[in-house]
Amino acid sequence: MNYEVVIGLEVHVQLTTKTKIFCGCSTAFGQTPNSQTCPVCLALPGALPVLNYQAVEYAIRTGLATNCTIAPQSVFARKNYFYPDLPKGYQISQYELPVCQHGWLDIEGEWGSKRIGITRIHMEEDAGKLVHGELPGTAQSSFVDLNRAGTPLLEVVSEPDMRSADEAVAYLKKLHQIVVYLGVCDGNLEEGSFRCDANVSLRPVGQEQFGTRAEIKNVNSFRFVKLAIEHEIERQADLLDSGGKVVQETRLFDAQTGMTRSMRSKEEAHDYRYFPDPDLVPLEIDAAWIEAERAQLPELPEARRQRYQADWGLSAYDAEVLTAERPLADYFEACVTLLPSQAKSIANWVMGELTRKLNEGGVNIAESPVTPLLLTGMLKLIEAGTISGKIAKTVFDEMWATGHEPARIVEEKGLVQVSDSGAIEQIVAEVLAASAAQVEQYRGGNEKVFGFFVGQVMKASKGKANPALVNELLKKKLEG
Amino acid sequence: MKISRSEVEHVARLARLALDEAELDALTGDMDAILAYVDQLSRLQTDGIAPTAHAVPMANAFRPDAVRPGFTPEQALVNAPSPDPAGFRVPRVIE
Repeated sequence: MNYEVVIGLEVHVQLTTKTKIFCGCSTAFGQTPNSQTCPVCLALPGALPVLNYQAVEYAIRTGLATNCTIAPQSVFARKNYFYPDLPKGYQISQYELPVCQHGWLDIEGEWGSKRIGITRIHMEEDAGKLVHGELPGTAQSSFVDLNRAGTPLLEVVSEPDMRSADEAVAYLKKLHQIVVYLGVCDGNLEEGSFRCDANVSLRPVGQEQFGTRAEIKNVNSFRFVKLAIEHEIERQADLLDSGGKVVQETRLFDAQTGMTRSMRSKEEAHDYRYFPDPDLVPLEIDAAWIEAERAQLPELPEARRQRYQADWGLSAYDAEVLTAERPLADYFEACVTLLPSQAKSIANWVMGELTRKLNEGGVNIAESPVTPLLLTGMLKLIEAGTISGKIAKTVFDEMWATGHEPARIVEEKGLVQVSDSGAIEQIVAEVLAASAAQVEQYRGGNEKVFGFFVGQVMKASKGKANPALVNELLKKKLEG
Repeated sequence: MKISRSEVEHVARLARLALDEAELDALTGDMDAILAYVDQLSRLQTDGIAPTAHAVPMANAFRPDAVRPGFTPEQALVNAPSPDPAGFRVPRVIE
Protein backbone atom coordinates (compact mmCIF):
# COMPACT_ATOMS: atom_id res chain seq x y z
CA MET A 1 0.00 0.00 0.00
CA ASN A 2 1.05 3.60 -0.47
CA TYR A 3 1.63 5.47 2.74
CA GLU A 4 2.18 9.07 3.65
CA VAL A 5 4.60 9.76 6.46
CA VAL A 6 3.73 12.32 9.12
CA ILE A 7 6.61 13.76 11.14
CA GLY A 8 6.70 16.08 14.11
CA LEU A 9 9.92 17.06 15.85
CA GLU A 10 10.82 17.94 19.41
CA VAL A 11 14.13 19.74 19.65
CA HIS A 12 16.02 20.40 22.85
CA VAL A 13 18.09 23.55 22.50
CA GLN A 14 20.72 24.02 25.19
CA LEU A 15 21.13 27.69 26.02
CA THR A 16 24.54 29.38 26.14
CA THR A 17 24.02 30.95 29.55
CA LYS A 18 27.05 30.87 31.84
CA THR A 19 25.03 29.39 34.67
CA LYS A 20 22.26 26.87 35.18
CA ILE A 21 18.60 27.80 34.87
CA PHE A 22 17.79 27.87 38.60
CA CYS A 23 21.18 28.25 40.33
CA GLY A 24 24.56 29.90 39.89
CA CYS A 25 26.52 26.75 38.97
CA SER A 26 28.57 26.89 35.80
CA THR A 27 27.31 25.14 32.66
CA ALA A 28 30.81 24.60 31.20
CA PHE A 29 31.04 21.34 29.25
CA GLY A 30 33.45 18.49 29.95
CA GLN A 31 34.47 19.30 33.54
CA THR A 32 35.31 16.87 36.35
CA PRO A 33 32.17 14.93 37.32
CA ASN A 34 30.12 16.66 40.01
CA SER A 35 32.38 19.71 40.18
CA GLN A 36 29.53 22.05 39.17
CA THR A 37 26.84 21.42 41.73
CA CYS A 38 25.20 23.20 44.65
CA PRO A 39 22.29 22.59 47.04
CA VAL A 40 19.76 23.62 44.35
CA CYS A 41 20.84 21.29 41.56
CA LEU A 42 21.63 18.47 43.97
CA ALA A 43 18.10 18.83 45.37
CA LEU A 44 19.19 19.20 48.96
CA PRO A 45 16.32 19.90 51.37
CA GLY A 46 15.38 23.55 51.72
CA ALA A 47 17.16 24.77 48.59
CA LEU A 48 15.08 27.09 46.42
CA PRO A 49 15.37 27.61 42.65
CA VAL A 50 15.61 31.16 41.26
CA LEU A 51 15.16 31.74 37.53
CA ASN A 52 18.09 32.89 35.39
CA TYR A 53 17.12 36.19 33.72
CA GLN A 54 19.36 35.58 30.74
CA ALA A 55 17.62 32.27 30.02
CA VAL A 56 14.30 34.10 29.80
CA GLU A 57 15.77 36.68 27.44
CA TYR A 58 17.05 33.88 25.21
CA ALA A 59 13.66 32.16 25.26
CA ILE A 60 11.90 35.35 24.21
CA ARG A 61 14.40 35.98 21.39
CA THR A 62 14.02 32.42 20.12
CA GLY A 63 10.24 32.78 20.22
CA LEU A 64 10.36 36.03 18.26
CA ALA A 65 12.77 34.62 15.68
CA THR A 66 10.43 31.66 15.08
CA ASN A 67 7.31 33.83 14.77
CA CYS A 68 5.81 32.75 18.09
CA THR A 69 3.48 34.62 20.38
CA ILE A 70 5.21 35.34 23.69
CA ALA A 71 2.91 34.45 26.59
CA PRO A 72 2.15 37.37 28.93
CA GLN A 73 2.20 34.84 31.75
CA SER A 74 3.86 31.46 31.85
CA VAL A 75 4.23 29.01 34.69
CA PHE A 76 6.82 26.42 35.68
CA ALA A 77 5.55 22.95 36.47
CA ARG A 78 6.95 19.81 37.98
CA LYS A 79 7.16 16.77 35.74
CA ASN A 80 7.35 13.86 38.15
CA TYR A 81 9.28 10.69 37.44
CA PHE A 82 12.07 8.68 38.98
CA TYR A 83 15.41 8.24 37.31
CA PRO A 84 18.93 8.31 38.78
CA ASP A 85 19.94 11.36 36.73
CA LEU A 86 17.10 13.41 38.22
CA PRO A 87 17.91 14.19 41.85
CA LYS A 88 14.67 15.95 42.77
CA GLY A 89 12.42 13.18 41.48
CA TYR A 90 10.88 15.77 39.17
CA GLN A 91 12.05 17.95 36.33
CA ILE A 92 11.12 21.62 36.37
CA SER A 93 9.51 22.33 33.03
CA GLN A 94 6.54 24.23 31.66
CA TYR A 95 3.30 22.50 30.83
CA GLU A 96 -0.01 24.27 30.42
CA LEU A 97 1.46 27.74 30.05
CA PRO A 98 4.69 27.66 28.00
CA VAL A 99 6.61 30.84 27.31
CA CYS A 100 6.10 30.79 23.51
CA GLN A 101 3.35 29.39 21.29
CA HIS A 102 1.96 29.33 17.75
CA GLY A 103 5.08 30.01 15.69
CA TRP A 104 6.31 28.78 12.34
CA LEU A 105 9.32 28.43 10.08
CA ASP A 106 9.38 28.30 6.30
CA ILE A 107 11.56 25.60 4.80
CA GLU A 108 12.80 25.60 1.23
CA GLY A 109 13.64 22.60 -0.91
CA GLU A 110 12.49 20.61 -3.91
CA TRP A 111 8.97 21.08 -2.55
CA GLY A 112 9.27 24.86 -2.94
CA SER A 113 8.61 26.77 0.23
CA LYS A 114 6.63 25.14 3.00
CA ARG A 115 5.48 26.48 6.34
CA ILE A 116 6.07 24.24 9.37
CA GLY A 117 4.10 25.13 12.46
CA ILE A 118 5.70 25.43 15.88
CA THR A 119 3.25 24.39 18.55
CA ARG A 120 5.17 25.69 21.51
CA ILE A 121 8.54 26.48 23.03
CA HIS A 122 8.96 25.88 26.73
CA MET A 123 11.79 26.32 29.19
CA GLU A 124 13.07 23.46 31.29
CA GLU A 125 16.10 22.10 33.09
CA ASP A 126 18.28 19.32 31.78
CA ALA A 127 18.91 16.13 33.76
CA GLY A 128 22.32 14.83 34.81
CA LYS A 129 24.47 12.44 32.81
CA LEU A 130 24.62 8.70 33.32
CA VAL A 131 27.73 6.75 32.50
CA HIS A 132 27.40 3.00 32.45
CA GLY A 133 30.28 1.11 34.01
CA GLU A 134 32.83 -0.32 31.62
CA LEU A 135 35.82 -0.78 33.90
CA PRO A 136 36.41 -4.15 35.61
CA GLY A 137 34.19 -4.44 38.64
CA THR A 138 31.77 -1.76 37.49
CA ALA A 139 29.69 -3.72 34.97
CA GLN A 140 26.74 -3.74 37.34
CA SER A 141 27.00 -0.02 38.04
CA SER A 142 26.08 3.28 36.49
CA PHE A 143 27.60 6.58 37.56
CA VAL A 144 25.70 9.83 37.89
CA ASP A 145 27.36 13.13 37.04
CA LEU A 146 25.15 16.06 37.98
CA ASN A 147 27.16 18.83 36.29
CA ARG A 148 24.56 18.97 33.55
CA ALA A 149 21.58 18.79 35.93
CA GLY A 150 19.86 22.16 35.76
CA THR A 151 21.36 23.33 32.47
CA PRO A 152 18.77 25.53 30.73
CA LEU A 153 16.98 24.06 27.74
CA LEU A 154 14.32 25.22 25.37
CA GLU A 155 12.12 22.49 24.01
CA VAL A 156 10.83 23.47 20.59
CA VAL A 157 7.83 21.35 19.59
CA SER A 158 6.73 21.39 15.96
CA GLU A 159 3.35 20.58 14.49
CA PRO A 160 3.18 17.22 12.68
CA ASP A 161 3.64 19.12 9.42
CA MET A 162 6.56 17.34 7.77
CA ARG A 163 5.97 14.71 5.11
CA SER A 164 9.47 13.40 4.37
CA ALA A 165 12.84 12.89 6.03
CA ASP A 166 14.22 15.68 3.84
CA GLU A 167 11.61 18.13 5.09
CA ALA A 168 12.44 17.17 8.67
CA VAL A 169 16.14 17.77 8.07
CA ALA A 170 15.43 21.11 6.36
CA TYR A 171 13.36 22.21 9.37
CA LEU A 172 16.08 21.14 11.79
CA LYS A 173 18.81 22.91 9.86
CA LYS A 174 16.73 26.06 9.73
CA LEU A 175 16.03 25.99 13.45
CA HIS A 176 19.68 25.22 14.14
CA GLN A 177 20.82 28.14 12.00
CA ILE A 178 18.45 30.52 13.80
CA VAL A 179 19.41 29.59 17.36
CA VAL A 180 23.11 29.76 16.48
CA TYR A 181 22.63 33.15 14.76
CA LEU A 182 20.82 34.39 17.84
CA GLY A 183 23.73 33.22 19.96
CA VAL A 184 21.34 31.45 22.33
CA CYS A 185 22.84 28.01 21.50
CA ASP A 186 26.31 26.93 20.41
CA GLY A 187 24.71 24.41 18.05
CA ASN A 188 27.14 21.63 18.92
CA LEU A 189 25.27 18.45 18.06
CA GLU A 190 27.99 16.11 19.26
CA GLU A 191 28.07 17.63 22.72
CA GLY A 192 24.28 17.47 22.81
CA SER A 193 23.62 21.20 22.62
CA PHE A 194 20.96 20.59 19.96
CA ARG A 195 19.06 17.31 20.35
CA CYS A 196 16.19 16.00 18.33
CA ASP A 197 13.41 13.50 18.97
CA ALA A 198 11.29 12.59 15.95
CA ASN A 199 7.68 11.45 16.07
CA VAL A 200 7.01 9.36 13.00
CA SER A 201 3.76 7.76 11.83
CA LEU A 202 2.34 6.47 8.57
CA ARG A 203 -1.16 6.67 7.15
CA PRO A 204 -2.57 5.36 3.86
CA VAL A 205 -2.44 8.10 1.23
CA GLY A 206 -5.73 9.99 1.34
CA GLN A 207 -6.56 9.10 4.93
CA GLU A 208 -7.04 12.08 7.19
CA GLN A 209 -6.57 10.41 10.55
CA PHE A 210 -3.00 10.05 11.78
CA GLY A 211 -1.56 6.58 12.29
CA THR A 212 0.08 5.38 15.50
CA ARG A 213 3.43 7.04 16.01
CA ALA A 214 6.77 5.94 17.30
CA GLU A 215 9.11 8.41 18.95
CA ILE A 216 12.76 8.13 17.91
CA LYS A 217 15.33 9.39 20.36
CA ASN A 218 19.07 9.72 20.45
CA VAL A 219 19.74 11.18 17.03
CA ASN A 220 22.70 13.53 17.11
CA SER A 221 23.44 14.53 13.54
CA PHE A 222 21.39 15.79 10.61
CA ARG A 223 22.47 12.79 8.57
CA PHE A 224 21.33 10.39 11.29
CA VAL A 225 17.96 12.14 11.48
CA LYS A 226 17.45 11.40 7.82
CA LEU A 227 18.63 7.80 8.17
CA ALA A 228 16.59 7.19 11.31
CA ILE A 229 13.37 8.54 9.80
CA GLU A 230 13.87 6.67 6.54
CA HIS A 231 14.51 3.45 8.40
CA GLU A 232 11.47 4.02 10.56
CA ILE A 233 9.25 4.66 7.52
CA GLU A 234 10.40 1.38 6.01
CA ARG A 235 9.92 -0.51 9.26
CA GLN A 236 6.39 0.78 9.79
CA ALA A 237 5.40 0.21 6.14
CA ASP A 238 6.60 -3.41 6.29
CA LEU A 239 4.74 -3.89 9.54
CA LEU A 240 1.48 -2.46 8.18
CA ASP A 241 1.77 -4.32 4.87
CA SER A 242 2.13 -7.61 6.67
CA GLY A 243 -1.03 -6.95 8.64
CA GLY A 244 0.73 -5.84 11.82
CA LYS A 245 0.18 -2.78 13.96
CA VAL A 246 2.54 0.01 14.93
CA VAL A 247 2.94 0.16 18.69
CA GLN A 248 3.18 3.57 20.32
CA GLU A 249 6.63 3.42 21.85
CA THR A 250 10.00 5.11 22.17
CA ARG A 251 12.70 3.80 19.86
CA LEU A 252 16.41 4.41 19.95
CA PHE A 253 18.41 5.11 16.83
CA ASP A 254 21.56 3.03 16.61
CA ALA A 255 24.13 4.82 14.47
CA GLN A 256 26.15 1.61 14.10
CA THR A 257 23.39 -0.32 12.37
CA GLY A 258 21.35 2.58 10.96
CA MET A 259 18.27 0.98 12.57
CA THR A 260 15.88 1.98 15.30
CA ARG A 261 15.16 -0.44 18.12
CA SER A 262 12.55 -0.48 20.80
CA MET A 263 13.58 0.81 24.20
CA ARG A 264 12.77 -1.56 27.00
CA SER A 265 9.02 -1.13 27.22
CA LYS A 266 7.89 0.98 30.10
CA GLU A 267 5.85 -0.79 32.73
CA GLU A 268 3.21 1.85 32.43
CA ALA A 269 2.38 4.74 30.20
CA HIS A 270 4.01 8.01 31.14
CA ASP A 271 2.07 9.56 33.94
CA TYR A 272 3.99 12.64 34.94
CA ARG A 273 1.39 14.27 37.21
CA TYR A 274 2.38 17.78 36.22
CA PHE A 275 1.50 20.53 38.65
CA PRO A 276 2.65 24.15 39.06
CA ASP A 277 5.93 24.31 40.98
CA PRO A 278 5.20 26.14 44.23
CA ASP A 279 8.89 27.09 44.55
CA LEU A 280 8.73 29.33 41.50
CA VAL A 281 6.55 32.38 40.93
CA PRO A 282 4.91 32.94 37.54
CA LEU A 283 6.89 34.51 34.74
CA GLU A 284 5.26 37.65 33.37
CA ILE A 285 6.51 39.23 30.17
CA ASP A 286 4.98 42.56 29.15
CA ALA A 287 5.03 44.25 25.74
CA ALA A 288 7.91 46.56 26.69
CA TRP A 289 10.11 43.60 27.57
CA ILE A 290 9.22 41.82 24.34
CA GLU A 291 10.10 44.94 22.33
CA ALA A 292 13.39 45.30 24.19
CA GLU A 293 14.29 41.72 23.22
CA ARG A 294 13.13 42.29 19.65
CA ALA A 295 15.59 45.18 19.46
CA GLN A 296 18.36 42.75 20.45
CA LEU A 297 17.64 40.36 17.58
CA PRO A 298 20.33 40.21 14.93
CA GLU A 299 19.27 40.28 11.31
CA LEU A 300 18.41 36.66 10.55
CA PRO A 301 19.80 34.66 7.63
CA GLU A 302 16.64 34.82 5.54
CA ALA A 303 16.50 38.62 5.69
CA ARG A 304 20.20 38.84 4.97
CA ARG A 305 19.90 36.55 1.96
CA GLN A 306 17.21 38.70 0.45
CA ARG A 307 19.18 41.88 1.10
CA TYR A 308 22.34 40.52 -0.48
CA GLN A 309 20.42 39.71 -3.64
CA ALA A 310 18.45 42.95 -3.76
CA ASP A 311 21.15 45.42 -2.74
CA TRP A 312 24.30 43.85 -4.11
CA GLY A 313 23.04 41.73 -6.97
CA LEU A 314 24.40 38.46 -5.60
CA SER A 315 23.00 35.18 -6.86
CA ALA A 316 20.66 33.18 -4.64
CA TYR A 317 23.40 30.58 -4.26
CA ASP A 318 26.08 33.09 -3.22
CA ALA A 319 23.69 34.75 -0.77
CA GLU A 320 22.88 31.35 0.74
CA VAL A 321 26.52 30.36 1.18
CA LEU A 322 27.52 33.72 2.65
CA THR A 323 24.67 33.81 5.19
CA ALA A 324 24.90 30.18 6.28
CA GLU A 325 26.90 31.14 9.33
CA ARG A 326 26.79 34.45 11.08
CA PRO A 327 30.56 35.03 11.42
CA LEU A 328 31.02 34.54 7.67
CA ALA A 329 28.15 36.91 6.87
CA ASP A 330 29.50 39.46 9.35
CA TYR A 331 32.94 39.25 7.74
CA PHE A 332 31.48 39.67 4.28
CA GLU A 333 29.44 42.68 5.33
CA ALA A 334 32.41 44.29 7.03
CA CYS A 335 34.23 44.03 3.69
CA VAL A 336 31.32 45.46 1.72
CA THR A 337 31.10 48.40 4.11
CA LEU A 338 34.75 49.16 3.34
CA LEU A 339 34.39 48.73 -0.42
CA PRO A 340 30.72 48.96 -1.44
CA SER A 341 31.38 48.99 -5.17
CA GLN A 342 32.93 45.50 -5.14
CA ALA A 343 30.34 43.31 -3.39
CA LYS A 344 30.40 40.63 -6.08
CA SER A 345 34.18 40.47 -6.16
CA ILE A 346 34.32 40.36 -2.35
CA ALA A 347 31.81 37.50 -2.40
CA ASN A 348 34.04 35.56 -4.80
CA TRP A 349 37.15 36.05 -2.67
CA VAL A 350 35.36 35.21 0.58
CA MET A 351 33.75 32.05 -0.82
CA GLY A 352 36.88 31.11 -2.77
CA GLU A 353 40.38 31.83 -1.48
CA LEU A 354 39.40 32.83 2.04
CA THR A 355 37.15 29.82 2.69
CA ARG A 356 39.76 27.52 1.19
CA LYS A 357 42.47 28.89 3.48
CA LEU A 358 40.20 28.76 6.53
CA ASN A 359 39.32 25.13 5.82
CA GLU A 360 42.89 24.11 5.08
CA GLY A 361 44.19 25.65 8.27
CA GLY A 362 41.16 24.76 10.40
CA VAL A 363 41.00 28.46 11.27
CA ASN A 364 37.94 30.21 12.63
CA ILE A 365 36.99 33.20 10.50
CA ALA A 366 37.15 35.47 13.52
CA GLU A 367 40.87 34.64 13.71
CA SER A 368 41.58 35.02 10.00
CA PRO A 369 44.93 36.76 9.50
CA VAL A 370 43.40 38.34 6.41
CA THR A 371 41.01 40.84 7.96
CA PRO A 372 38.27 42.67 6.02
CA LEU A 373 40.57 45.70 5.95
CA LEU A 374 43.40 43.71 4.33
CA LEU A 375 41.14 41.92 1.85
CA THR A 376 39.46 45.11 0.67
CA GLY A 377 42.83 46.87 0.61
CA MET A 378 43.99 44.24 -1.84
CA LEU A 379 40.85 44.59 -3.96
CA LYS A 380 41.44 48.34 -4.10
CA LEU A 381 44.87 47.66 -5.54
CA ILE A 382 43.26 45.53 -8.26
CA GLU A 383 40.67 48.22 -8.89
CA ALA A 384 43.41 50.83 -9.27
CA GLY A 385 45.31 48.62 -11.72
CA THR A 386 48.31 48.35 -9.39
CA ILE A 387 48.14 44.56 -9.38
CA SER A 388 46.44 42.03 -11.60
CA GLY A 389 43.82 39.57 -10.38
CA LYS A 390 46.37 36.83 -10.86
CA ILE A 391 49.02 38.54 -8.75
CA ALA A 392 46.32 39.19 -6.16
CA LYS A 393 46.36 35.47 -5.33
CA THR A 394 50.04 35.77 -4.46
CA VAL A 395 49.34 38.88 -2.39
CA PHE A 396 46.49 37.05 -0.65
CA ASP A 397 48.70 34.09 0.28
CA GLU A 398 51.33 36.51 1.57
CA MET A 399 48.74 38.38 3.66
CA TRP A 400 47.54 35.07 5.05
CA ALA A 401 51.09 34.07 5.99
CA THR A 402 52.28 37.41 7.39
CA GLY A 403 49.24 39.58 8.10
CA HIS A 404 51.05 42.41 6.32
CA GLU A 405 49.32 45.23 4.46
CA PRO A 406 48.81 44.42 0.77
CA ALA A 407 50.60 47.61 -0.40
CA ARG A 408 53.67 46.64 1.62
CA ILE A 409 53.66 43.12 0.17
CA VAL A 410 53.34 44.42 -3.37
CA GLU A 411 56.25 46.79 -2.82
CA GLU A 412 58.51 44.35 -1.02
CA LYS A 413 57.92 41.53 -3.49
CA GLY A 414 57.99 43.74 -6.55
CA LEU A 415 54.52 42.63 -7.60
CA VAL A 416 53.39 45.87 -9.18
CA GLN A 417 51.53 45.22 -12.40
CA VAL A 418 53.41 46.10 -15.52
CA SER A 419 51.30 48.53 -17.51
CA ASP A 420 54.16 49.87 -19.54
CA SER A 421 53.17 49.04 -23.12
CA GLY A 422 56.76 49.17 -24.32
CA ALA A 423 57.85 46.46 -21.88
CA ILE A 424 54.87 44.27 -22.65
CA GLU A 425 55.25 44.78 -26.35
CA GLN A 426 58.72 43.35 -26.09
CA ILE A 427 57.54 40.26 -24.27
CA VAL A 428 54.75 39.80 -26.81
CA ALA A 429 57.23 39.97 -29.63
CA GLU A 430 59.46 37.38 -27.97
CA VAL A 431 56.57 35.02 -27.31
CA LEU A 432 55.28 35.23 -30.87
CA ALA A 433 58.75 34.72 -32.26
CA ALA A 434 59.13 31.57 -30.19
CA SER A 435 55.73 30.16 -31.19
CA ALA A 436 55.69 30.23 -34.95
CA ALA A 437 53.53 27.13 -35.24
CA GLN A 438 50.81 28.54 -33.01
CA VAL A 439 50.91 31.88 -34.82
CA GLU A 440 50.25 30.01 -38.04
CA GLN A 441 47.32 28.14 -36.46
CA TYR A 442 45.86 31.37 -35.20
CA ARG A 443 46.16 33.10 -38.51
CA GLY A 444 44.66 30.00 -40.11
CA GLY A 445 41.46 30.67 -38.13
CA ASN A 446 42.04 28.79 -34.89
CA GLU A 447 41.25 31.55 -32.41
CA LYS A 448 41.50 29.21 -29.44
CA VAL A 449 45.29 29.46 -29.43
CA PHE A 450 44.91 33.09 -28.35
CA GLY A 451 44.67 31.88 -24.78
CA PHE A 452 47.99 30.11 -25.23
CA PHE A 453 49.69 33.39 -26.15
CA VAL A 454 48.15 35.19 -23.18
CA GLY A 455 49.37 32.44 -20.90
CA GLN A 456 52.88 32.59 -22.31
CA VAL A 457 53.08 36.36 -21.94
CA MET A 458 51.80 36.25 -18.37
CA LYS A 459 54.26 33.53 -17.56
CA ALA A 460 57.16 35.46 -19.10
CA SER A 461 56.16 38.55 -17.08
CA LYS A 462 55.83 36.44 -13.91
CA GLY A 463 52.15 37.28 -13.81
CA LYS A 464 52.78 40.98 -13.55
CA ALA A 465 51.70 42.10 -17.01
CA ASN A 466 48.43 44.03 -17.13
CA PRO A 467 46.10 41.43 -18.72
CA ALA A 468 43.98 43.97 -20.57
CA LEU A 469 47.08 45.45 -22.13
CA VAL A 470 48.40 42.00 -22.99
CA ASN A 471 45.17 41.18 -24.81
CA GLU A 472 45.22 44.43 -26.67
CA LEU A 473 48.83 44.20 -27.78
CA LEU A 474 48.59 40.52 -28.75
CA LYS A 475 45.56 41.23 -30.92
CA LYS A 476 47.39 44.11 -32.55
CA LYS A 477 50.50 42.06 -33.31
CA LEU A 478 48.67 38.97 -34.54
CA GLU A 479 46.17 40.73 -36.71
CA GLY A 480 48.28 43.71 -37.72
CA MET B 1 -16.21 8.02 46.26
CA LYS B 2 -13.69 10.66 45.19
CA ILE B 3 -10.93 8.16 44.59
CA SER B 4 -10.93 4.42 43.97
CA ARG B 5 -8.73 1.82 45.53
CA SER B 6 -7.15 1.08 42.14
CA GLU B 7 -6.28 4.75 41.65
CA VAL B 8 -4.56 4.80 45.02
CA GLU B 9 -2.69 1.67 44.02
CA HIS B 10 -1.62 3.31 40.76
CA VAL B 11 -0.43 6.52 42.45
CA ALA B 12 1.41 4.47 45.07
CA ARG B 13 3.22 2.60 42.33
CA LEU B 14 4.22 5.87 40.61
CA ALA B 15 5.56 7.10 43.96
CA ARG B 16 7.42 3.82 44.49
CA LEU B 17 5.48 3.08 47.65
CA ALA B 18 5.04 -0.58 48.51
CA LEU B 19 1.73 -0.72 50.35
CA ASP B 20 0.15 -3.82 51.75
CA GLU B 21 -3.58 -4.52 51.49
CA ALA B 22 -4.43 -2.99 54.85
CA GLU B 23 -2.45 0.17 54.09
CA LEU B 24 -4.15 0.50 50.72
CA ASP B 25 -7.58 0.28 52.34
CA ALA B 26 -6.67 2.81 55.00
CA LEU B 27 -5.12 5.25 52.54
CA THR B 28 -8.05 4.98 50.16
CA GLY B 29 -10.34 6.02 53.00
CA ASP B 30 -8.03 8.86 54.10
CA MET B 31 -7.52 10.22 50.62
CA ASP B 32 -11.20 10.03 49.89
CA ALA B 33 -11.94 12.07 52.99
CA ILE B 34 -9.27 14.66 52.08
CA LEU B 35 -10.58 15.01 48.55
CA ALA B 36 -14.14 15.32 49.77
CA TYR B 37 -13.04 18.09 52.13
CA VAL B 38 -11.19 19.99 49.41
CA ASP B 39 -14.10 19.46 47.09
CA GLN B 40 -16.05 22.04 49.09
CA LEU B 41 -14.18 24.57 46.97
CA SER B 42 -16.06 23.44 43.90
CA ARG B 43 -19.21 25.00 45.37
CA LEU B 44 -17.70 28.42 44.67
CA GLN B 45 -18.58 30.15 41.44
CA THR B 46 -15.22 30.54 39.66
CA ASP B 47 -16.31 31.16 36.06
CA GLY B 48 -14.15 33.85 34.47
CA ILE B 49 -11.46 33.68 37.15
CA ALA B 50 -8.01 32.74 35.90
CA PRO B 51 -6.46 29.73 37.66
CA THR B 52 -4.02 30.73 40.38
CA ALA B 53 -0.55 29.40 39.74
CA HIS B 54 0.97 30.51 43.01
CA ALA B 55 -0.24 31.22 46.53
CA VAL B 56 1.74 34.47 46.73
CA PRO B 57 0.60 37.29 44.43
CA MET B 58 4.02 37.90 42.98
CA ALA B 59 5.84 37.32 39.67
CA ASN B 60 9.29 37.54 38.11
CA ALA B 61 11.88 36.61 40.70
CA PHE B 62 15.17 36.48 38.81
CA ARG B 63 18.87 36.04 39.36
CA PRO B 64 21.60 37.41 37.08
CA ASP B 65 23.58 34.97 34.94
CA ALA B 66 26.66 35.08 37.14
CA VAL B 67 28.60 32.01 38.27
CA ARG B 68 28.68 31.33 41.99
CA PRO B 69 31.04 28.80 43.52
CA GLY B 70 29.33 25.60 44.57
CA PHE B 71 30.51 22.28 45.98
CA THR B 72 33.72 20.42 45.27
CA PRO B 73 33.12 16.89 43.93
CA GLU B 74 34.01 15.51 47.38
CA GLN B 75 31.46 17.78 49.06
CA ALA B 76 28.82 16.91 46.47
CA LEU B 77 29.32 13.20 47.13
CA VAL B 78 29.65 13.37 50.91
CA ASN B 79 26.23 11.83 51.53
CA ALA B 80 26.41 9.34 48.68
CA PRO B 81 26.20 5.72 49.84
CA SER B 82 28.70 4.74 47.17
CA PRO B 83 30.80 7.75 46.09
CA ASP B 84 33.20 7.37 43.20
CA PRO B 85 35.36 9.79 41.19
CA ALA B 86 33.12 9.00 38.22
CA GLY B 87 30.02 10.06 40.14
CA PHE B 88 27.23 8.76 42.33
CA ARG B 89 27.45 5.02 41.90
CA VAL B 90 24.05 3.40 41.43
CA PRO B 91 22.83 -0.02 40.29
CA ARG B 92 23.18 -0.21 36.54
CA VAL B 93 20.36 1.49 34.66
CA ILE B 94 20.18 1.33 30.92
CA GLU B 95 17.40 1.79 28.44
